[in-house]
Amino acid sequence: MRQIAIYGKGGIGKSTTTQNLTAGLGNMGKKIMVVGCDPKADSTRLLLGGLAQKTVLDTLREEGEEIELDAILKPGFRDIMCVESGGPEPGVGCAGRGIITSIGMLEQLGAYTDDLDYVFYDVLGDVVCGGFAMPMREGKAQEIYIVASGEMMALYAANNIAKGVQKYATTGGIRLGGIICNSRNVDGEKELVEAFAKELGSQMIYFVPRDNMVQRAEINKKTVLEFDDTADQAQEYRNLAEAIDSNTMFVVPKPMKQDRLEEILMEHGLMDI
Amino acid sequence: MNSREKVLDKYSSKIYKNRKEHVIEIENGEPNIIAADTRAIPGILTNRGCCYAGCKGVVLGPLKDVVQIVHGPIGCSYYTWGTRRHKSKHDETTKNFSEYCFSTDMQETDIVFGGEKKLKKAIKEAVEIFNPACIMIASTCPVGLIGDDIHAVAAEAEELYGIKVVAFSCEGYKGVSQSGGHHIANNGLMKNIIGTGDADHVKYSINLLGEYNIGGDGWEIGRVLKRIGYNIVSVMTGDGSYAEMKNAHIADLNLVQCHRSINYIAEMLKTKYGTEWLKVNFIGLEGIKQSLRDVAAFFNDPDLTAKTEAVIADEEDEIKVTMSEFKTKLEGKTAAVYVGGSRTHHYINLLKSLGVEVVLGGYEFAHRDDYEGRQILPLKMDADSKNIESITVEKDPAKFRTFHTPERIQELKDAGLPIESYEGLWADISPDAMITDDFNHFETEEFIKLLKPDIFFSGIKDKYVVQRSGIPSRQLHSYDYSGPYAGFKGAVNFARDVTLAVNTPAWELVQAPWKTEPTLEGSIGGME
Repeated sequence: MRQIAIYGKGGIGKSTTTQNLTAGLGNMGKKIMVVGCDPKADSTRLLLGGLAQKTVLDTLREEGEEIELDAILKPGFRDIMCVESGGPEPGVGCAGRGIITSIGMLEQLGAYTDDLDYVFYDVLGDVVCGGFAMPMREGKAQEIYIVASGEMMALYAANNIAKGVQKYATTGGIRLGGIICNSRNVDGEKELVEAFAKELGSQMIYFVPRDNMVQRAEINKKTVLEFDDTADQAQEYRNLAEAIDSNTMFVVPKPMKQDRLEEILMEHGLMDI
Repeated sequence: MNSREKVLDKYSSKIYKNRKEHVIEIENGEPNIIAADTRAIPGILTNRGCCYAGCKGVVLGPLKDVVQIVHGPIGCSYYTWGTRRHKSKHDETTKNFSEYCFSTDMQETDIVFGGEKKLKKAIKEAVEIFNPACIMIASTCPVGLIGDDIHAVAAEAEELYGIKVVAFSCEGYKGVSQSGGHHIANNGLMKNIIGTGDADHVKYSINLLGEYNIGGDGWEIGRVLKRIGYNIVSVMTGDGSYAEMKNAHIADLNLVQCHRSINYIAEMLKTKYGTEWLKVNFIGLEGIKQSLRDVAAFFNDPDLTAKTEAVIADEEDEIKVTMSEFKTKLEGKTAAVYVGGSRTHHYINLLKSLGVEVVLGGYEFAHRDDYEGRQILPLKMDADSKNIESITVEKDPAKFRTFHTPERIQELKDAGLPIESYEGLWADISPDAMITDDFNHFETEEFIKLLKPDIFFSGIKDKYVVQRSGIPSRQLHSYDYSGPYAGFKGAVNFARDVTLAVNTPAWELVQAPWKTEPTLEGSIGGME
């Protein structure tokens, strides 16, 4: 079982990428579970066809500790098992603690079955506190992929996440598998992200071009592969799935100092924009 | 190598550098500067408590007619329930909730989703079941981390139920010890309670501040004060109440017993309402007599002065013979006293009057002024002290009232009356005494081996280690279920308990069998 956590700046397209990627892996016949770790609980809606999943934490709150796994784990597209951790409404409580609680609950309930090829954690934006680092800790995810684009803030965030990976790499054995570039059609984007990934000691594992097909599929509450598997973009996601499945490059990243990061951005002309 | 160097020598250079400022040997005629109120060193087994312990456990805890809801997991509430012997009695008009333990019992889901709803529910239940005039909410560590807005909940509940509801953000991790919690409690009481009552002024009225009625101390002090003719408006906070405290601003004079835990309120009462404060010490005969005479001197009323002398003579007469009998059994003994942030000082005089010298002492959470005296104020603020909110109050023109003119106050000060002044522990400590601030188990045990006091006064955390080593020990936090120790009659209780302890060193009289004979027999293997 490969356990993979997807991190990246808020709004970069983590959930969309994760769901399309897992759909691609599903197409390859892999058995997958996706764990949404965002309090908004919207990490699995494309796989579930828009179904609003009852979250682990809501169930825990309303029904107490006696939870049935079936109530929170639902099969979606290509029988991908979907679960949402959920969390408090904005501004109250502790969402980080919620993730820790719900992953613990999933383990107790036996959600991690041996027949799974992949478990994906789709984690909220930045690693703001220990709770959001949970998938990296205690031997949960072994591989981390960071979704980024050629925009400055996305790369700042990616560098910060690399710091978290580096910290837990020494204690928990996790590794960075690469940067997934979710293109925003910025000039020189591919080169910039490649250079950035290289500087981290990693790779740009795949360049996902921008295509309105993604939005069209989303409006229809579907992944691209389910909506139109003949589309060009469907092939891109199949390629991404292939790249992840055959990936052998796992590194302890070397996050950059602020100065070096800005230098790279300069080199690729980003600062001139 | 003297004993101080012997003990400190065991530390690594980094720890030594820190601790050498906190461990000093008193030298006559020297300034005797000590470091205090700084962070405890990790791993050092400090005896300190937390901010919540200082706020809820010490200052708020004794307020008997207040339902005190602890917002947090159950342990924090349980361990401040009935553990501090602050006695209280109800009467016809005052309810007493002291025997209850109120907690929101936060669970994991409350941490994740926020605990405000549960807190509101707890307040509702408390109102429905107990119908209190006042509810206080004390927050524990996780509440501070997840950011429940307990002050907004309090304001809403106050409006909803038409009672006083005050919240205290006294999360345990704030500050370096329980001292921060005292300050937070002082601020909250001053902002929300004191001055909200409308009682009329009465003659010879006083507040007793920093007296927590441990083992009934406050009752014994109150008995003597009332006998002389004083009207006690409020006690902060032993056997105290919301009902009384809201009128504290009408008193003529504030008497401060525990300087560390309540000096903030004393100062703010002076600024806002014009009430002067006097440092008193009702522990030990010399202390009591001096304090009663100081209070009489403040009021400067011939009848009151005469009554004061008559009461002193009468009370002293009653205990004189017994005290001198105990003294013959204690004369020449030595003691170690480690307690609180003011108490060590209070007990030095009482021990002295029994012929017992304090050779080792210190505080858990005192600040430098509690050792060295208030003349060193203001102290330099560090990052930790800045973390504790310090409020300022302004003169309340409608309620401001002074008993004496400023000129008269100056005269009294010049005559030596301790108005707004406290000389600190140094005023009464013997030269050569060893003082350790933020004392810890290692130093305590080592110093006891070296200085060999005949009796050790501290609390539950270190009592038994010392007692089993053969040195009798009495707790000065709980009085080992005895007391009162304050006042004239309390002094007799104390003398009796100490005499019994010193003359019955039970653990020294028994010898563990393994100290004299082997309990296991065997031979060393692998030799052949």
